Amino acid sequence: MSRNSKGFGGFFLVALALLVFALAAGPLFNQSAPEADVQAQLAEAREATGGAQTLYDILRRQQGLPVDESFRADAIGGDALSAPGLGPLGGASDPELWRALRYNKADVNVSTQGDVGKVLVQDGGMQWYQFREGPLATYGGWLLLGTIGALILFYLGRGRIKLDEPKTGRTVTRFQAFERFSHWLLAGSFVLLGITGLLTLFGRKVIVPLMGHEANATLLMVSKYIHNNLAFAFMLGLILVFVLWVWHNIPDRTDITWFAQAGGIIGKNHPPAKKFNGGQKIIFWSVILLGASISVSGVSLLFPYELPLFAKTFAILNDLGLPALVGMDTLPTALAPQEEMQLAQLWHAIVAFVLMAIIIAHIYIGSVGMEGAFDAMGSGEVDEAWAHQHHSLWLEEVKAKEGKAPGQATPAE
Amino acid sequence: MKAMFTGFVAAVLIAVGAYYGLHELGFSAAETGAGPNVRLN
Repeated sequence: MSRNSKGFGGFFLVALALLVFALAAGPLFNQSAPEADVQAQLAEAREATGGAQTLYDILRRQQGLPVDESFRADAIGGDALSAPGLGPLGGASDPELWRALRYNKADVNVSTQGDVGKVLVQDGGMQWYQFREGPLATYGGWLLLGTIGALILFYLGRGRIKLDEPKTGRTVTRFQAFERFSHWLLAGSFVLLGITGLLTLFGRKVIVPLMGHEANATLLMVSKYIHNNLAFAFMLGLILVFVLWVWHNIPDRTDITWFAQAGGIIGKNHPPAKKFNGGQKIIFWSVILLGASISVSGVSLLFPYELPLFAKTFAILNDLGLPALVGMDTLPTALAPQEEMQLAQLWHAIVAFVLMAIIIAHIYIGSVGMEGAFDAMGSGEVDEAWAHQHHSLWLEEVKAKEGKAPGQATPAE
Repeated sequence: MKAMFTGFVAAVLIAVGAYYGLHELGFSAAETGAGPNVRLN
């Protein structure tokens, strides 16, 4: 009896372990069996329709799931194409010709002699259009409005970050003239690029109902000229800012303290910081990395079809196994030139929305959010009390270079 | 503030330079994306 009960206990433990394992790993194993069933059912259904569309395809399309289009894409005539004595199409039918055009498999000759002109039907454009008008505009718009809303709430709750100590009247040079010039070259062009980009995306939705088609058309044309040409100023500013400040933005141990105290929000002390604190480093690297990404996709758009980015990028991602890691199918690596442009536009806008949200927060903290912050980029001179409060280690470095202890400096000119 | 305005002016000058420069170099969409058989007007 006791042996039996021990055996039952062991069995119970093993069963429990198997149950836990099955629950944890179930999703991993479940996929293959039903998928095989689905494939078998699909093959049967396909046979029943004579190789044409099945109910399964229609249901998947209605659910917004990917549909294997090969039953259509491959039905372009086959051997009938070369059947002798039957005219230019051979034995292929008109629907087969149109399918070949739609799936970019027809032997097309065009006078422009380029890959772009050879694509006569491009249904990926509809997906691009729907994504651009739908999720991109919706989530992008809410991201910006949400950021502005959060900053207003923060301002109402926290108020302006003021100086704890009275101003000393002595100033230190925070940014040299060339640093400020580079910053404003980048900032000025980014703000205009942001506004013209938003006008381009939201013109039809927002400007047309408010001001009419004529006004929207004029705004779009002006936006296009500004956006396309000011891009070069942005890229130059980005390079200058990177070269000027990269050395000061390399993460170090002071950032850990800064983040631990959330830049002074947690606790009463202001965490010590060098020339740039942890938050500013986040801004810097966001601007550099996202700005570079926007620039690359932007250049790809500025010179259409000359610099395709995505087929190669997708191939690299597939090779690394990243899509499979997050449960996605492999990414397409055979993209029509137009699809390359569509993806570049979406990527350009998505990254730009994220950077705009970050920059709105940056503009807030550099202007109304913090007393004395604008002086750093305005005149370049900041009060020593401000420097001591927000960048104490940097102030010590500056003073050490000048050979004077903090508090003994003479006012800067 | 002088550096700020200089930055803004430089951005505008670069944009104008890019506009004329790219047209001179033949990078306009009309020149790169269309052939003599395409009617633009």
